Amino acid sequence: MSIDAPSSGLLKGFGSVLRRDLLIGARSAGQWLNPLMFFVIVVSLFPLGIGPEPAQLAAIAPGVLWVSALLSMLLSLDSLFEQDRADGVLDQFVLGRTPLSVVVLAKVIAHWMLSGLPLLLLSPLLGLMLGLPVHALGTLGLALLPGTLTLSLIGAIGAALTVGLNRSGVLLSLLVLPLIVPVLIFGAGSVSAAAGGYETGAGLSLLLAMLMMALSLAPLATAAALRVGVASSEQS
Amino acid sequence: MFTWIHRFGSAPNVYRLSGVLAPWFGVSAALCIIIGLYLGLVVAPPDYEQGESYRIIYIHVPAAWMSMFAYVVMAVSSAIFLIWRLKVADAVAAAVAPIGAAFTAVALITGSFWGKPMWGTWWVWDARLTSELLLLFLYLGYMALRGALAAPGESSAPSTTAARGAAILAVVGVINIPIIHFSVEWWNTLHQPSTITRFDKPAMHISMLRPLLLMALGAQLLFFHNLTVRLRTGLLQRESRARWVRELAIAQSNTPPGDNTPGASSTVVPEKPEPSA
Repeated sequence: MSIDAPSSGLLKGFGSVLRRDLLIGARSAGQWLNPLMFFVIVVSLFPLGIGPEPAQLAAIAPGVLWVSALLSMLLSLDSLFEQDRADGVLDQFVLGRTPLSVVVLAKVIAHWMLSGLPLLLLSPLLGLMLGLPVHALGTLGLALLPGTLTLSLIGAIGAALTVGLNRSGVLLSLLVLPLIVPVLIFGAGSVSAAAGGYETGAGLSLLLAMLMMALSLAPLATAAALRVGVASSEQS
Repeated sequence: MFTWIHRFGSAPNVYRLSGVLAPWFGVSAALCIIIGLYLGLVVAPPDYEQGESYRIIYIHVPAAWMSMFAYVVMAVSSAIFLIWRLKVADAVAAAVAPIGAAFTAVALITGSFWGKPMWGTWWVWDARLTSELLLLFLYLGYMALRGALAAPGESSAPSTTAARGAAILAVVGVINIPIIHFSVEWWNTLHQPSTITRFDKPAMHISMLRPLLLMALGAQLLFFHNLTVRLRTGLLQRESRARWVRELAIAQSNTPPGDNTPGASSTVVPEKPEPSA
């Protein structure tokens, strides 16, 4: 790692963290399979609770898919930094050469590839099962792509704030869910609009705008929160 | 400049200053609220459309305004704490959060009482109601995080972890609040365009407006009264091991009830030379 080319060092650090997290994920299937199964089960509980009326199911399908996707991603978020904190890697990240926000970004993208991407790939199937019209499935995928990534980014702030706490899952959802209401509104809104045959460009653009904002600001806040958490575990 | 801010913002200074200000805030808040309630509930005429039930505006609107103002105060003092490490700023943020949550809850509850006669229902998913509800969730999340991060043993002096973690959350929240507000507004207009005809505010008559402004001022003063009182308690708690708190305790236990509790004062007196040494 040469000093005169810091950008290549950044990319290297980013790449190695990304690769490491993906490897860990690939070798522990439960980490990414369990949230996915949770997603499928929650979605299939709705018809049982509401009734099998196809028109009714089609009307609530966008909201059900989105809420279930958010909940299942939250489920995997609270372990985002926990393993690294427990085995001390987090301290090395904080002390290391690569800026912490870049490490965070790599970890978040790895988290999204292990949780958001499988959801995204599975969602058309569940959409069909709920009676969502076929022409809305494309919008569902297009909206879930930036939406789940934004959720990973914002959720990482909450995960960093609650790192090292016992039973942090409930607290994490209390912190994160109000913050991602805009994503839910525009995500589910544009899928509903697509199902009704309306224009979806505005909602998707706003989702992308929120993704850009989260992409630029959330890693900084997450890194700041992680530093607080690591400093406190040093003291105790 | 910064040394001045640090000296002015030191805990004993702020403690003394808010001790001086608190009663003034309290008395003027009480005056404003009493006069405002009298003007609003007795003097102001009933509304031509809503009759008497509009009068809850005198509680509801000031509370709603204060719920947002309190969050701004909390976020600004959190940012000050993060940037300049001014411990008093964190004490302010910690003191504001429950006050803001209380104002938010009052606004929601009175709004629901208002909604029942006006809209025929306790709750509608109107944009304003929804964003106020989300604001309450943000307050509760902030307080929950602060409680969870505080070290379990030492509840008196909050750790820097709790302070800085909560401050980061408050700043993230204040960036997000406008986005939440506008998205909720857009969502509502997208889904149900005017199924509810909201109280279309006409230019208020002065006899109705005057008590409202008076009540708003009263709520503001009440906020500052609560803030100063809570801030004093919070400062005493978190600085309980500092010298100025000990000196204060000694001074208080010596002067007024000295003859009442001879045992207490005699145990304190031997410690007196210690802090001066």
